[in-house]
Amino acid sequence: MSEPFPNNPAPAEDAESEPRPGRIRKPIGWSTIIIAVLVAVSAALVWRRDGTEGVLDILTHDLSLFGGILPRVLAGCLLGAFISEILPHEKVSRSLGPNSGLMGLLMGTAFGAILPGGPFTAYPVASALLAVGADFGATIAMVVSWTLIGYGRAVAWEIPIMGTDFTLWRIVISLPLPVLAGALGRFVYVRLYPKRDAEDDET
Amino acid sequence: MSAALLIDILLWGSVLGVGLLAFRRGKPVFKASLREGSMDFINIVPRIALGVIGSGYIAAIIPQEVITGWLGPDSGWLGVATAVVAGAATPGGPVIGFSIGTVALKSGGGVPQVVAYVVAWALFAFQRVILWEIPFMPARFVWFRCAVSVPFPFVAAAIAMVIGKP
Repeated sequence: MSEPFPNNPAPAEDAESEPRPGRIRKPIGWSTIIIAVLVAVSAALVWRRDGTEGVLDILTHDLSLFGGILPRVLAGCLLGAFISEILPHEKVSRSLGPNSGLMGLLMGTAFGAILPGGPFTAYPVASALLAVGADFGATIAMVVSWTLIGYGRAVAWEIPIMGTDFTLWRIVISLPLPVLAGALGRFVYVRLYPKRDAEDDET
Repeated sequence: MSAALLIDILLWGSVLGVGLLAFRRGKPVFKASLREGSMDFINIVPRIALGVIGSGYIAAIIPQEVITGWLGPDSGWLGVATAVVAGAATPGGPVIGFSIGTVALKSGGGVPQVVAYVVAWALFAFQRVILWEIPFMPARFVWFRCAVSVPFPFVAAAIAMVIGKP
């Protein structure tokens, strides 16, 4: 990222030579179906309890919530797409790949901690990292770090509701957890999928 | 509200920053990633819509009192385990999760149990997992990450027991 011009063609070539795994999958999958069923059952229960009015109340409230979130989702998708385009795959798989060691986990943790925004940024960006060569361990460290020591949710929600003392104390307790979770993830992953790991080593 | 504004500014500032970096790589790179990001957005919107609009119904049938009841003054590891289950089962967004934590603290819940609850909620609240994480990430990764995360609310509770109250 710091020396963009000399190796200008490399990332583009890299991106074309191996078709990038789709970062975001088809709109309909089994998880979507499960959620749809869950929502339908819940809505039916609400309707039985509170009638049509209750159903409409929740619908209007959630529609406005959805409208507010949409621009941020767009920002998150763009952030993910740009990041996966500008990060050189080789460097990412070296510094965040399966053989990146403790340093990779620490980098994932640092990245998760400074990432701005909410779930609408963290997950697209994590998905982009996976696509350009980060391994499960470093990506887990990033996601766990974002959720436990990232400042976004802490500043917006946790401090106002739970108080500064509790929040800071909770964050201090959480500091070692992203690296530990990433290390555990790596440890389990190598044993679950030994073959895939070997393939990753070749690159 | 001002915190939300700050986050929006940081968010769009970052998009602008990485967008500029992509632009300096050349217009085709910029255009391709712009198109890719927009396509991702279009693909994801139906699922986010379903999740966000549907989550209100899911939250409505799991009343907060039920979750708060699980965070009673039961101290010790059984209380921690209950708190972890409560954290995973909590519907709705951060307001609900943190409010339940605050209520539990005020009504005599143990501090390690509340820490376990907040950490479990942050790591694998079912609603965030199905609403946000599954749509954006490979499902295999999501389940793997959740499974690997299970011990860590307990670790956090153990650290809280050792170092004491805030």
